[in-house]
Amino acid sequence: MSILVNAETKVLVQGLTGNQGRFYGLRNRAYGTKVVAGVRAGKAGTDVEGIPVFDTVNDAVAATGATVSMLIVPAAGCASAVNEAAEAGLELVVVLTEGIPMHDEARFFNRVTRDFPKTRILGPNCPGILTPGECNIGFIPAEVSKAGGPVGIVSRSGTLTYQALNELAEKGIGVTTCVGIGGDPVPGTSFIDCLELFEADDATKAVIMFGEIGGSAEEEAAAFIAANMTKPVVSYVAGVTAPPGKKMGHAGAIISGSKGTAQAKMAALEAAGVRVATNPTAAGELMAEVVAAL
Amino acid sequence: MDLFEYQGKQLFARYGIPVSAGGVADTVEQAVAAADAAGYPVVVKAQVQVGGRGKAGGIKLAENAGEVRTHAGNILGLDIKGHVVGRLWIEHASDIAAEYYASFTLDRAAKRHLGMLSASGGIEIETVAEEDPEAIARIHIDPVDGLDEATARAWVAAAKLDPAATEGAVDILLKLYRAYEDGDADLVEINPLILTPEGKVHALDAKVTLDDNAKFRHPEWDELEGLEKLDPRERDASEKGLQYVGLDGEVGVIANGAGLAMATCDIVHEVGGRPANFLDIGGGASAQVMANALGVINNDPSVKSIFINIFGGITKGEEVANGIVQALGEVAISSPIVIRLDGTNAEMGREILKSHESDRLVSKATMVEAARAAVEFAKGRK
Repeated sequence: MSILVNAETKVLVQGLTGNQGRFYGLRNRAYGTKVVAGVRAGKAGTDVEGIPVFDTVNDAVAATGATVSMLIVPAAGCASAVNEAAEAGLELVVVLTEGIPMHDEARFFNRVTRDFPKTRILGPNCPGILTPGECNIGFIPAEVSKAGGPVGIVSRSGTLTYQALNELAEKGIGVTTCVGIGGDPVPGTSFIDCLELFEADDATKAVIMFGEIGGSAEEEAAAFIAANMTKPVVSYVAGVTAPPGKKMGHAGAIISGSKGTAQAKMAALEAAGVRVATNPTAAGELMAEVVAAL
Repeated sequence: MDLFEYQGKQLFARYGIPVSAGGVADTVEQAVAAADAAGYPVVVKAQVQVGGRGKAGGIKLAENAGEVRTHAGNILGLDIKGHVVGRLWIEHASDIAAEYYASFTLDRAAKRHLGMLSASGGIEIETVAEEDPEAIARIHIDPVDGLDEATARAWVAAAKLDPAATEGAVDILLKLYRAYEDGDADLVEINPLILTPEGKVHALDAKVTLDDNAKFRHPEWDELEGLEKLDPRERDASEKGLQYVGLDGEVGVIANGAGLAMATCDIVHEVGGRPANFLDIGGGASAQVMANALGVINNDPSVKSIFINIFGGITKGEEVANGIVQALGEVAISSPIVIRLDGTNAEMGREILKSHESDRLVSKATMVEAARAAVEFAKGRK
């Protein structure tokens, strides 16, 4: 079992013909992911190492039955690419591209949520999603993971997602699904969304959550955990030693009522019953204890 | 990118938001000329990106050219909390009947834009938010729909501004929202937004943060850069496109991804060392970027050891390794280096580094081991 993606998931790649799209599309396919199509206007009829390329997402879906998109097009083209994927009825759009303007993200997130409620966006600026042994969409170096559960991973930062996988693999702990939600201002999928999915997934018995300073997503997750999670959660929040950021204006501080510091987030998580570690390795050790006690 | 007040006002003016007549001055003579053009009395304002300018003596009223000369001479070169004043904004002084607060920014939790408007402007708005939250009228704006006039009007009524300010405030809020959205700002804030005794509403200050990600569609932003006085280490890194924050320790840190870079600083601290910096080479960094990063760290005299922590996803191990080798060939790296390399093509990377390893270039398998080794080096125990 897993969340969001599994061995049956058919993936199309928006941007397969670019350097990055090609490298990761092929790497994901080599891992065993069903990468069934690429999309690039004007390139219909061509292929990338046997993966057929279509002009539009609609054409690719009609020909292959893909339900998930891995989106890796330049930032300027992301808003229209996300809208196209949603209009084609995809279930999940994994937006890997970084550097998308905040106003674009805010617009396409709200448009998709309102007009295409069946489509979930993961990212932008996320490393992707991995169900070990079954499906890898994005940048996650899947070779550092062990399949089969019982732990679900959700992380905001890309490289810390890999670190979490690595810490668990070193202790011989398997993973159901590993989700990198990305650290952009308007993430399509939140910690809470993932916690909710892991709570409902039978194979997931515990969750490891890696956060970082800034915003209030960890505090919101803490409130959700306290109210809704029966499964144990282990967490690490990066940035304990980070200096207070230089910020201008006051609007940011007024909104959240939170300082956004690692200490404040760790305190909120601890108060919600989460076991909080002070570094990624310690989080792996805490999770080993949790798994041993399952 | 944070704008200076005068840049924010110039942006506001382009969107039709009323601001005081004024001009920029880098010398006393320019200040007098700007004041003559704006019309006396004028306010001489230090252009620094730090709060508390007024208390530090960076804002002065001048009735005539002589006073402008005195104040401009005193304020230029003034050190305000580490920011040395290199530029002034001289504007016609306004008579004030009332001071308000207005801003737009993204509410990350709600995933929509947040507008805040208050009749209690001009003072510490964070204090108002804490002590009298009802004094701030907040609205959420769906980014797809934007802000329309009827909504703006109801919002102004809810904020209980003086009736005389209603029309002017509605007009400014609609224009400010356009400046926020079309201008690709993360934040636009006017504090104070003033009502004059003649019933005019206008922006007396401007705080604007532009979204660096939108730079590709704003060629006009090029001219905004370059005036801020940064930590020299940060300026060097910024020119090379690296995300760098100077800290006060002795272990130079290079990592890929902000999260891992922060975690690297955290773990250095935890094993008894102090990070000298936060440096994120970003995703998909090339050998050149890695070499640049090493160069920046090498220029910091407080660095005693260097900890390179790479977990490749989009960043490839062989690029990182080639960058390190390139940097070793280009400059004499004065501190010992500890490397932890994992993830995409890590094997290739480790293979490339193998022949360069020595007692001053060591490779460690885990983050904790590498942190310990870097801290030992920094303390001179190895």
